[in-house]
Amino acid sequence: MKYFKQFGIIAGVSFAGELLYALLPFPIPASVYGLVLMVLLLVTHVVKLEMVEETADFFISMMGIFFVPSSVGLMNSMDIVKGSVVQLLFMCVISTIVVMIVTGLVAQFIMKITAKKEEK
Amino acid sequence: MQEYFANSIFFGIFLTIFMYQIGAAIQKKWPLPIFNPLLISMFAIIGILVVTKIPYETYEQGAKFIGNLLTPLTVCLAVPLYRQLKVLKENIAAVLISIICGCLAHIATMLVLAKVLGVEDVLRNSVLGKSVTTAIALGVTNELGGIQGITIIGVVVAGVMGPLVGPTVLRLARVKNPVAFGLGMGSASHAIGTSKALEIGEVEGAMSSLAIVVTGILTVIIVPIVMNFAG
Repeated sequence: MKYFKQFGIIAGVSFAGELLYALLPFPIPASVYGLVLMVLLLVTHVVKLEMVEETADFFISMMGIFFVPSSVGLMNSMDIVKGSVVQLLFMCVISTIVVMIVTGLVAQFIMKITAKKEEK
Repeated sequence: MQEYFANSIFFGIFLTIFMYQIGAAIQKKWPLPIFNPLLISMFAIIGILVVTKIPYETYEQGAKFIGNLLTPLTVCLAVPLYRQLKVLKENIAAVLISIICGCLAHIATMLVLAKVLGVEDVLRNSVLGKSVTTAIALGVTNELGGIQGITIIGVVVAGVMGPLVGPTVLRLARVKNPVAFGLGMGSASHAIGTSKALEIGEVEGAMSSLAIVVTGILTVIIVPIVMNFAG
């Protein structure tokens, strides 16, 4: 019963996310509206952590399985993908390294500045 | 024979859960990042459907019950973010600014490489959100009208790169600060990068897991804005 209650809250927030997606003009997925809304509910203690924690951890622990159906949909797009597999993989590898370096260096730079300010 | 499958709801649900379990067992036996249960079950199911000539639509009419849980799953990501809120507040400037720069660098790299390599827009749009956690990456692809299967492969590639080259790349770039190291790993390689960051240290791990959700949210906001201008 506990899990059902917790899932009920999560489903309610998901529904609110879908409503926001329908009502607001931004290209933000309904799920991300739901995510931000849930953070706000937790911060304001409208929803207490214990009220959703176990179900959320359960969902996250088996996260991968929820992506299987849409990933299998790739089989319907094989024709268009075939010619560009190598290029796509190359793009993914390079861009991953770029993000790592840029995020890391910028973060390190800002940490240095803020540390200096605190010393003063 | 075909019609038994065509009318079954539980065929797709069963196949999804069963193959994912097999994938998880393989990863447990050989714990390499490339043996990702998602990747294994994806290729296994595609193989089964192609060999048995069962159309994707037949599989999907059951499997969609699992796929539809993607939205509540993303909502659940609020819980780990809430747990990291203190770390986020303490480092708010470093977290936000570095991840925004990372997102912009990611989009720019993708756009330039796609242009140079002559990759079609629909394929390029499928990997623009690939450095974030799968749930959010699929949402980005959906909004841009890409192919979700490609996004998944991109997400796995991004993830596998984390433990594989992350520590070396960051050392060569002279990123020594543990907060910066964690942010770099998490923003580029989501959960798989975070597992490596956790091995290296507690601060690295916490920052990396925080970076997963923050990168996800910022990517969702930044990608459409940039694409609007890049047209």
